[in-house]
Amino acid sequence: MFIYVLAAILALTLSGYVIGQRRSLKLAGGEARSLHSRPGYYGAYVAAWVGIPSLILVLIWLLFQGPVIDALLLASLPDEKTANLSSAQVSLLISEIKQVSRGNIFGQPDQAILDAGVRYQNWRLIASWSMLTAAISLCLAGLVINRARIAPAFRARQRVEGVMTGFMIACSIAAILTTVGIVLSLLIEALRFFSLVSPLDFLFGLRWEPQIAMRADQSLGSGAFGAIPVFLGTLEIALFAMLVAIPIGLFTAIYLTEYAHPKFRAVIKPVVEILAGIPTVVYGFFAILIVAPAFKNFMNSIGIDAAPNSAFVAGAVMGIMIIPFISSLSDDAITAVPRSLRDGSYALGATQAETIMQILLPAALPGIMGGVLLAVSRAIGETMIVVMAAGIIATLTLNPLEPVTTVTVQIVTLLIGDTEFDSPKTLAAFALGLVLFTVTLCLNVIALRIVQKYRERYD
Amino acid sequence: MNERPNLNQAGFGNLAPAPKGLLARGDTSGRIRVVGRSVSVFYGEKQALIDVNIDILDKSVTAFIGPSGCGKSTFLRCLNRMNDFIDAARVTGSVEIDGVNIYDPEIDPVQLRARVGMVFQKPNPFPKSIYDNVAYGPRIHGLARTKSDMDEIVITSLEKAGLYKEVKDRILEAGTGLSGGQQQRLCIARAIAVNPEVILMDEPCSALDPIATARIEELIDELRQNFCIVIVTHSMQQAARVSQRTAFFHLGTLVEEGETSEIFTNPRQSRTQDYITGRFG
Amino acid sequence: MTDATLDTNVGSRLGVDWASEANARRLKKRYAANRRLQFYGLTAIALAIGLLGTLVSSLVVEGYKAFYQSKATLEIRLDPADIDPKNLADANYRRIFNTAIERYVPEAKTPAEKRQLSDIFSSEARYALRDYVLAHPEQIGQTIKLKVSLSDPFDQLEKGVIPRYVDALSSSETSRFEALAGRGLIEGRGADAAMKVSLSIDPQKVSSADIGAGRFRDIIADGLLATLGNPNAVGAAWPMLRDDVADVLKAYVIAHPDSIGQRLENFKLPLSPNYAALASGETPKVFNQRFASEKQFEWLDRLKAQGALSYPFASELLLNPTSRFPELAGLAGAIVGSFYALVVCFLISFPLGIAAAVYLEEFARRNRWTDLIEVNINNLAAVPSVVFGLLGLAVFLNSFGLPRSAPLVGGMVLALITLPTIIITTRAALKAVPPSVREAALGIGASKHQVVMHHVLPLAMPGIMTGVIIGLAHALGETAPLLLIGMNAFIPSIENIGLLEPATALPTQIYAWADSPERGFVARTSAAILVLLAFLVVMNGIAIFLRQRFERKW
Repeated sequence: MFIYVLAAILALTLSGYVIGQRRSLKLAGGEARSLHSRPGYYGAYVAAWVGIPSLILVLIWLLFQGPVIDALLLASLPDEKTANLSSAQVSLLISEIKQVSRGNIFGQPDQAILDAGVRYQNWRLIASWSMLTAAISLCLAGLVINRARIAPAFRARQRVEGVMTGFMIACSIAAILTTVGIVLSLLIEALRFFSLVSPLDFLFGLRWEPQIAMRADQSLGSGAFGAIPVFLGTLEIALFAMLVAIPIGLFTAIYLTEYAHPKFRAVIKPVVEILAGIPTVVYGFFAILIVAPAFKNFMNSIGIDAAPNSAFVAGAVMGIMIIPFISSLSDDAITAVPRSLRDGSYALGATQAETIMQILLPAALPGIMGGVLLAVSRAIGETMIVVMAAGIIATLTLNPLEPVTTVTVQIVTLLIGDTEFDSPKTLAAFALGLVLFTVTLCLNVIALRIVQKYRERYD
Repeated sequence: MNERPNLNQAGFGNLAPAPKGLLARGDTSGRIRVVGRSVSVFYGEKQALIDVNIDILDKSVTAFIGPSGCGKSTFLRCLNRMNDFIDAARVTGSVEIDGVNIYDPEIDPVQLRARVGMVFQKPNPFPKSIYDNVAYGPRIHGLARTKSDMDEIVITSLEKAGLYKEVKDRILEAGTGLSGGQQQRLCIARAIAVNPEVILMDEPCSALDPIATARIEELIDELRQNFCIVIVTHSMQQAARVSQRTAFFHLGTLVEEGETSEIFTNPRQSRTQDYITGRFG
Repeated sequence: MTDATLDTNVGSRLGVDWASEANARRLKKRYAANRRLQFYGLTAIALAIGLLGTLVSSLVVEGYKAFYQSKATLEIRLDPADIDPKNLADANYRRIFNTAIERYVPEAKTPAEKRQLSDIFSSEARYALRDYVLAHPEQIGQTIKLKVSLSDPFDQLEKGVIPRYVDALSSSETSRFEALAGRGLIEGRGADAAMKVSLSIDPQKVSSADIGAGRFRDIIADGLLATLGNPNAVGAAWPMLRDDVADVLKAYVIAHPDSIGQRLENFKLPLSPNYAALASGETPKVFNQRFASEKQFEWLDRLKAQGALSYPFASELLLNPTSRFPELAGLAGAIVGSFYALVVCFLISFPLGIAAAVYLEEFARRNRWTDLIEVNINNLAAVPSVVFGLLGLAVFLNSFGLPRSAPLVGGMVLALITLPTIIITTRAALKAVPPSVREAALGIGASKHQVVMHHVLPLAMPGIMTGVIIGLAHALGETAPLLLIGMNAFIPSIENIGLLEPATALPTQIYAWADSPERGFVARTSAAILVLLAFLVVMNGIAIFLRQRFERKW
């Protein structure tokens, strides 16, 4: 039905365009020159008034149609069916009714459900038809009213451009809305979580066992949502990632900016940057397929027992992914150091290594630090590698050979599968998400500030 | 005075200080330190410098003048092989300093640049403290065995550059915080801290105001007593003020070279005459 | 710090001699340091590229095996008695197929043997047969030739991924045994191989009155503990001994009753067969547990000898939806799901991104609002993608009530992720159009809108498209946000994939396969990754082509 409504609106919009254009030409007596704007603008003006309001109407309608029908359905059911149900059971009941209405009947549903199924089907039909009617009447109203406004002196171009500007402003605000959406959704769910679990316990507790909450018969253990082990694991894995990425990335940047022949650089730089373009799920698979077994065998051969999903392997593989971030940001920072400092150093008889280590790197340090901070934020927020290669159980350990878990792993494992929005287990993921978002945002803001200041210094 | 000194008289590495006051202004006596013979520079296909022959005297200031793009800076950069860093650049001919061809494969450019200091157009202090700026050269070349040796080198160099009195209270602060003229004198101090034999200056005053320029010019005159100084300048007044000898470059060739007073009052070539009187440039 | 006079030459006072040997040594060291740094740089580059190479080559080495499939061409008689021509679909094709394969292996008589026989072939075989009959009903009554896939273990066996026999002992078991041998506790070869342990025949455990009732296992356990030192080692040592080791000791004590109360030095406890073989220098092998019986090998070898096996390109990988059976699992569902999600992502992010970028770059005056939007976009570009997944879950699924696992929601979340990138690259492309173009158009009386729409945007379009394609390529590889909104559904059929139906995507399919325990999914996963990477290479290739073909130097 939705498709038909869209098609109807589109057709009416197009005809609005044609009607507006014809009308303006007719009023001008076929002389386009006597019009204020070119005929197309009159068409576009009418089309905008035909299409946009009804499109907005349809979108709002669709947003509310589902919840409203669900509420009506629930109210129409006999009281004994809906008394004392948790929200999860309610949604189960509703989905059962919807299944029944599509003819997928499992077992022997009782008559109330079957009736509700029929009602649901009817209501949906009514809703669709009324949406179609409403949309078309709005289109026609727009067509009639605005067709009447067309006159040779009517400033159609300005109107159309005003609509376009409005559309562009709305699109720019979409970016703000995204941020607002992120902050609000994280905050609201996290606050619901903190009404169940004290924020202090969450931030400073030493035990993270969210599985406990899965069992309805068991009350919440007070220490079950202490996120310290999760935070610690995140930092540990990020640390290993940096230990791999910083030396490789930095030395790569040094070689490519200061030693490499331009042709060598032109080939190698994009090749190294391929590492950043590979999807992270691929790195995760690489970790469990190649790196983890190889590392375990190596450790066994020197007589040390290592877990297959050790923190070190997860961090190291993440480090591979981050190499290009460090190398290209350091590359930018080193290249931004003015030529005159290099000349000054070489003119004093410094070798390339002395110039790099004693002049260029210290001068580029703020830029490199900004890059490293961005990379740290990336490592903390990276998900798939750790979901596949790190652990799920939160253990309070700093041993690189044992598995640890991270914030992102917990978010994914808590939310994968069916989710109910009233269990602390689900809400905990949003609390973790809030922490993750805050930390990465701070890191990004600081890093971008540093990089910007650094650029200004040498511009 | 006008006779060309014999090439064979050029010594090697002799740095005996000349008695003070002997080298009065206009006195161009001195040994030949730098000899350029048939020096040509190519940037890829383009020839930037054509067959330059020149002798540069010790303990005097030689100014290179000429319109922009005439090759004077290119030639200056040949003297400490800074052209090595430009991939497409190729130098032919020979440049001898104290009788040794610096383009000889045996010659190490790093060591060469310690002996041929350079000061650039724009002051380029390192983003380090004033002390570390001056100590950088001696440190990489291992000129000071102890901390007090280093202190001495730094202070002496700053004094020689006429900067010590101004900065002695903030010697550990950043060199980039100084004024433009002070920064340029810091760069001069940095260059003389490694005790070079020749100092090259590439338009050292072009980024400075007149007062700072006057201060640098005085300094150059003082340094002349100990060093062989080559200065590229776009200002003929400056060349006349600070130099004893002047070389005029045009379109990649060395048109004329001689005593400054001679070049400015009685040039042999009409092109020099035209440039000096401002008919082109 | 002494007062230095102006004419004192510091260098000469410090005695610098450039030609000195000390200086030459120093210079050598400095150059060595330079070469060292250069070496570190080259090493780092080699490491980075080597890791990339390892990544890709290991995927190719694992993944190419999923691009071909072991199949058997079987002769199947379509008996008219078995198939009702009016109701072709409902015939018992399973029985027809089993009858056909049993003709190849007449000795499979018992139900267990018959099951082992049919286990060699994919469980899809009967559907393949049904589809064949539905397509060729005229062939009923004849004997047809049908190509059917082998089931996963046999497919893997044919590809050499898993062996028929595996090492009986793990490497840690072997090394533990070798440690004991190193201590001289192991003696003899073959059936005589034994572990030498000193045992004290404790009268508390064995009474001479009733030797048969003695607790000989306890005696051996005590002896092992005394010899090996810790209970873990004893636990590991038991499997090395023959199962009847207590009876061996019992027989000895019965034969030597006087040993009760004595200590038996270096008593030889016989080793279990696997360890005895190890002691003789052989590597003990056992039948691979993935297979049901060794007869299956024999039957497979017979088929092979008859030339019935072939290894064609596995079109299933690209054309099938996913399945629980690796030999049947394909990417079709995931590709369609990813395609839908990307289309939605494009339809949202392309107009939105361009409009926002045009506004910010061409129309907006710099004020606090536009600064805020700009900072906001830069920061959004660095927000972890999993946070966008949380947003999608909370807003699109929970508040808007959109269906879970739907490509529409996936596309919307991906659009939010790519939007900042598209805005940033579009603005860069717009910035690259020189002001002279705008001035020229404004100069002939065009409105600001007309200038942008007619001149600036078309000129910037190649740059914008490059950015959009790279953004979409990035979106194609995103996994975590899709997991959160449930776009990792198990979709065994591609018939009813729609914008609002549950679906899966390429990267989430890879994640699901990577999690599957069957050996065949390792190759499947690698192959799926190769397919994903191929899409990315093509998309980035188009972007690079656009950039080079249309890039203007102003």
